[in-house]
Amino acid sequence: MNKFIRVDMTTKKVEIQEVPEKYVGLGGRGLTSNFVNDEVKPTCHPLGKNNKIIFAPGMLSGTSAPNSGRISVGSKSPLTGTIKESNAGGTFSQKMAKMGIKALVIEGMPAEDEFYILKITMDGVTIEEAPKEILGGCGNYKAIELLNNKYGEKVGIALAGPAGEHRLPTANISFKDPDSNMRSAGRGGLGAVLGSKKVKALVIDDTGAPGVPIAEPEKFREASKVFAKALLDHPVSGQALAAYGTDVLVNILNEAGGLPAINFTKGRIDWNENIAGETLNATIKERGGEGKVSHGCHAGCVIRCSQWYPDKQGKLITSGFEYETIWGLGADAGIKDLDDIAYIDRAMDDIGIDSIETAVAVATAMEGGLLPWGDGKAVLEAVKEVAIPTPLGRLIGSGTTVVGKACGLFRVPVVKDQGIPAYDPRPIKGIGLTYATTTMGADHTAGYCISGNILKVGGNIDPLKKDGQIEYARAMQIGTAAVDSTGMCLFVYFGIADNPAGYQALIDMINAQYGINLTANDVDELGKSVLKVERAFNKAAGFTNAHDRLPEFFEYEPCPPHNEVWDFTPEEIDEVYNF
Amino acid sequence: MKIEVRLFATLRENRGKVLTMEFEEGSTAKEVITQLNIPIEEAAILLINGKHEALDYQLIDHDVVSIFPPVGGG
Ligand code: SF4
Repeated sequence: MNKFIRVDMTTKKVEIQEVPEKYVGLGGRGLTSNFVNDEVKPTCHPLGKNNKIIFAPGMLSGTSAPNSGRISVGSKSPLTGTIKESNAGGTFSQKMAKMGIKALVIEGMPAEDEFYILKITMDGVTIEEAPKEILGGCGNYKAIELLNNKYGEKVGIALAGPAGEHRLPTANISFKDPDSNMRSAGRGGLGAVLGSKKVKALVIDDTGAPGVPIAEPEKFREASKVFAKALLDHPVSGQALAAYGTDVLVNILNEAGGLPAINFTKGRIDWNENIAGETLNATIKERGGEGKVSHGCHAGCVIRCSQWYPDKQGKLITSGFEYETIWGLGADAGIKDLDDIAYIDRAMDDIGIDSIETAVAVATAMEGGLLPWGDGKAVLEAVKEVAIPTPLGRLIGSGTTVVGKACGLFRVPVVKDQGIPAYDPRPIKGIGLTYATTTMGADHTAGYCISGNILKVGGNIDPLKKDGQIEYARAMQIGTAAVDSTGMCLFVYFGIADNPAGYQALIDMINAQYGINLTANDVDELGKSVLKVERAFNKAAGFTNAHDRLPEFFEYEPCPPHNEVWDFTPEEIDEVYNF
Repeated sequence: MKIEVRLFATLRENRGKVLTMEFEEGSTAKEVITQLNIPIEEAAILLINGKHEALDYQLIDHDVVSIFPPVGGG
C-alpha cells in the first residue's frame, strides 16, 4: 500500500503522498492512533478545525486472509475527549487496501454550510456537492440506495447519518455491507467529526485496483489455511457465533449475575428468555422469509456472527442484531419485546447513532423520568427525534453523561463520558479494569476480559475475585491493540486464544504478505506501543490516572444477586498500565 | 435432594430448558451432566447458583445448575 491521501476541507485540496516512512509497517488502529498522536493537537476541540479524522484498512485487509476486512477510523472523540479508534466491517476496507491506499485523512473544515461527498477512485479523490436528497434527515438506508443509484451498486460507502450532520456525540459512521445494509464504527461520536468537516459520505470505487501484493504467496496461502482451520475448528468461532449470534450472551450473563439491568441496579432479570439468543435464533427460523440465522459483515468472514432479523411477515427489520443493543434496550432499559428492540435498532442504524451509547442513555433517561421504563414504543419515538432533532432528541443523542447531568442523577454508568456496555464490573471484576483504564473510555472490546472470566476461553479466572485480573486486563488490552491493527475481526480471538498454531498462522500471514519476520514478541511490543501512544495523547489532552476510575456508585451499591461492589483500589487499577 | 437444571443453546435440543432432577446426597455436578447424556466437553461452562464451579462440586439440596456449551460473543 503506497498511497497516503490527505483531503483538506478548508482549501478543498487533495494531496496523494507517499506513505511516510514511520507508517509503512503499520495498519488499522496502530496507524490511526500513531497518526492522531502525531498530528492532532491534543487540546483541540473535537469539532473544530484542528481535529483530523483518518481511515485506515488493517495490515491484512484486502488479502484472502479470513476475517481481515475491518476498517479503523481514528480521531479525537467528541464524546470522550480522548483519542479514539473505532472499527467496522463492510466493504470499504478491502477496497481501500486493493487500491493501494494506506490511509485517507480529512482535515480542516469549510467555512460554508454545504455538505460534500468524497469520491475515491484509482484516479484520485474528487470533492463533490452532496445531493440534496440525502441530506436533512434522510435515513441511512435511503441514502445508501440513492448513492448506489448514483455511483453504482458496487461502490463502498462510509456515511454520516442525520446525527452526524447534527454533530451529536453519539453519531457513528456507517459502512455499507455486501448487501447494502450497514455496519458501524459505532463508538465515540466519529460521525460528528465527519459532520463537522461537512463530509456527508465517502464513496469508494475500486475499478482498476491492482490488489494487494503478497511478498511470499505460497507461504501466505499455507498460513491462511491453518488460520481458517483454527477459526472453524473452535466451537465458538466455528459454530456457536454463527448459530446464535452474539446475543447468546444474554442467558449466560444473566445466569452469572452480571447482566446489568434497570440502569445498573441489578445483575439478573426474569424476562431473559424474551430477549435471549436462543429466542432470537428460533424466531428467525420460525418466521423465515428474508430472515437469516447467520451472515458475514464482509466478504471473507468465516465466523458469520451477524444475522437478518425479519418481522412476522418475513420482511427484514434489521441486520447485525447484536447482544450489546439487545442487552441495553432489553435488560438495562427493560424493554421486554424483541420486535420492539429490533425496530429501535433499525432506527438507530438509520439515524446513524451508536446503539450502545444510545441504549445506555435511554436507560439513564428512564431513571431520570424522561421516558417510561420498558416502553419500546416511546423509545422508538424518542430515538427518531434524534434525526430532527428535537430537544429530547438532542439530549438522547448527546449520550449517557449529558442525560445523567440533565436529570440530576448520580447513577450514571460511564467512564470518560462513554457509556458502560453489557457486563457489570462488580461481579465481573476483570472487565471493570478494562473499562477503567482503556484509552477509549468504557469499552468492552478494548480488553475483553469476559472471555477468561465468564466464557472460559483463553483463561479461567474467577470473575468474583480480584486474583489475576490486573495481569489479565493488561494482557488482553495489549493483545487487542495488536489485533485491531491487523484488520482482523476481534472474534478471531476465540479461534486462536487456546490454539498456538492458529495464533502463529496469523503472524505468518503478516510476515508472508510483507516479507518480514515478526515474532509473537514483536506483536506484543506492537500492542504495547499502540497503547503507549494513545495514552500519551490522552495525557497531553489533560487526562490523568484520576480519570481511570469507575463511577463511584459501583463502590457502594452492591449488585444483586451476588451483592458485590467494585473494590479495586486506585493503586491496583493503576497497575494495569504498568508496562 | 432436588436440583434445578437449566440448559442453554444447543444443549436444549431434545432435553428442554429447565428440569427438576432428583439426586442422592453427595452427588457431584459431573453426575448431572452425564445423567443428561451431555458429553463432558460440551459442558463448557458450569455455573452453580450463578457461580463458576468445577465438575467435582458436591451438590446440595435446591442447587441451581446452569450448563452451557461453548459460546461466545462480544
Ligand atoms: S464475525 Fe461477525 S463482526 Fe466479525 S467479521 Fe464476521 S460478521 Fe463481522
